[in-house]
Amino acid sequence: MAPLPYRVTETQEEAPGVVTISISPLGTAIPAHRHGQFNMLTAFGLGESAISLSGSGPEGKLVHTVRDVGPVTSALCGARPGDVVGVRGPFGTGWGVEDGSFLEEGDVVVVAGGIGLAPLRGAISALVARRSAALEARTRSGNVCLVIGAREPQQLIFGDDLARWAAGGARVTVTVDIPDARWRGGVGLVTSHLGAAGFEVEGATALICGPEIMMRFTARGLVDAGVAPERIRVALERNMQCGLAWCGHCQLGPLLVCRDGPVVPYTDVVADLLVQRER
Amino acid sequence: MHREEVVEGSPGGGARFAPGDAALVAPEGLDEMLAALARLGYETSGPTVRGGAVVPGPVASIEDLPAGWHDEQSPGRYRLEHGEDGSLFSWAVGPGSFKPELFPPVHELWQARRDGEGRVEFVAGRGSSRSKKRAFFGARPCELAALSVLDRVLVDCATPDPFYEGVRRGAVLVVAECGAPASTCFCTSMGGGPEAVAGFDLALTELTDGDHRFLVRVGSALGAEVLTLVTTRPVTAADVAAREAVTERARSAMDGRFDAAGLAELLAGNIEHPRWQEVSERCLACGNCTLVCPTCFCSDVRDTTDLSGTVHRTRSWASCFDRDHSYLHGGPVRVSVASRYRQWLTHKLSSWWDQFGTSGCVGCGRCITWCPVGIDMRAEAAAVCSPASPARHDRLAQPEPRRPTGADVPAGAEEKEALP
Repeated sequence: MAPLPYRVTETQEEAPGVVTISISPLGTAIPAHRHGQFNMLTAFGLGESAISLSGSGPEGKLVHTVRDVGPVTSALCGARPGDVVGVRGPFGTGWGVEDGSFLEEGDVVVVAGGIGLAPLRGAISALVARRSAALEARTRSGNVCLVIGAREPQQLIFGDDLARWAAGGARVTVTVDIPDARWRGGVGLVTSHLGAAGFEVEGATALICGPEIMMRFTARGLVDAGVAPERIRVALERNMQCGLAWCGHCQLGPLLVCRDGPVVPYTDVVADLLVQRER
Repeated sequence: MHREEVVEGSPGGGARFAPGDAALVAPEGLDEMLAALARLGYETSGPTVRGGAVVPGPVASIEDLPAGWHDEQSPGRYRLEHGEDGSLFSWAVGPGSFKPELFPPVHELWQARRDGEGRVEFVAGRGSSRSKKRAFFGARPCELAALSVLDRVLVDCATPDPFYEGVRRGAVLVVAECGAPASTCFCTSMGGGPEAVAGFDLALTELTDGDHRFLVRVGSALGAEVLTLVTTRPVTAADVAAREAVTERARSAMDGRFDAAGLAELLAGNIEHPRWQEVSERCLACGNCTLVCPTCFCSDVRDTTDLSGTVHRTRSWASCFDRDHSYLHGGPVRVSVASRYRQWLTHKLSSWWDQFGTSGCVGCGRCITWCPVGIDMRAEAAAVCSPASPARHDRLAQPEPRRPTGADVPAGAEEKEALP
């Protein structure tokens, strides 16, 4: 249960209170992760928080995007290059994009709200790369359609990635709830932009991550549009204190989110869990 | 001495034993058994009377056991009374289970020291140093059932809990079968019973008809080794019959106290039932039920820093009745007591099946006895699984049908219902 020490190599502020930290192992590295999994990050002396992986690199480099919502995440957001953090993981289920059948059977629509884009970042990059490769090889490939929402323009994260994904052939729709004078993108909730996302319903797969209410309405909207529920995946969130399915904090009805999630198919059970209060 | 009708597989005094064997042991034989455990290097915990309750504590001889003590339990009530009969196991269960031996209430996982360069050195926590060679003496069959439930949570998972697993694998389990269940006991409704069936090293049944003696059954090679060090005599058919009478009396006292058939599905389908709100008006959210429960496994993981700068990571028992148990950035998910009571009860009887393939309740009744306001979870579960409210019940021509699976209905249930 002891974390492995990693050194912070780079930090970047994405939005007010949201920082991406890159870390590299001081000794042993954690095993390779799948897109959508999470780590438990320790800020020594303060505690541990579950943070999704938003990327990786050579020599065991890991990338996490952290929102400052408490003492541990505040320390992680304030980390400087050279600081040591602890890492345990990777834990939980992923989006499944490592499965080669993604994009072969149809379009992939990715809907993210706010910081919900962080756990999707690696998956989107992998999907865009696979589509580019397929186009180059002139093999069949679905489209990658992104609907990215944020409350305000300054809270949008990964601006460079959005441009890179668009350049790589992804259809990118960006929307904010509260536009400012310079905003030229969409306005309103992500659910009101699903129709304009440009995906073919037949054979579509959807990956959704954001606040529970956003996932609930997005999944429902996609089902109403004709997307098969079993082809919709949502990322759940609950208090996580161990990542090992020991501590019981991440229970959500029949699920232990750290073990059975965070990414789960949008089954009837999950649809109910997203509707029922205080689960 | 019973000389005639010696039962097969009952080698008698000074003999060697094998799993499946049985022997008779006098009360003084239990002293030899405890001494044998100590000689084999085991730290033995067993039933002791402390603070007006039977709780696990260190036992070295039968002097430490609750001789003559009887418990009386009902929702919100526990009383010990002393009789003159000298029986050692004429009580049901006390508030303490053996869970803390394997899953300590507070357990330091590790310490970490940082040098000036920011390097971190990890040291094993203080919690890991205690001997893992333990004997659990006088554990009830429901304790055994509770351990197999905890095994599924903490051992049969991707990363087993090394402390729990270490103690569990090394432990000697000497079970005391039940002859005096309390009114709160309902193990027979949860798939258990007063008899130890499997997973024990030795199983004792206290016999008080005629001379005070114990029928000891051997469940493992280790149990056989221990029993070899004890003075025994052969078991007769009369002893076997006496044991059956004890456990049968206990079983029939408990049978029919709780109908758990189909409960998992019914509870999962009644998440919005008004009874959750009603019970929350009585529930104090004190967490007593989760503290006495032998299967509750929730824990908090906290880091603290001492004055020298050393970081300590500690795991301590947590309760789903705490507001912060479900804390997510911004606040707890389960704010209302109704939602927390619902979480606890549906987890025990329903979602535990989804998560671990077993019930989370073994029917020991501790949560009923030790609830300060006497909430009986059996009544709450039954109410949630019945039609929504009396008013609604009246409006309907017929009550909503229950959906028992049928497979869970005990044989003979129909005959019992037909009796006047």
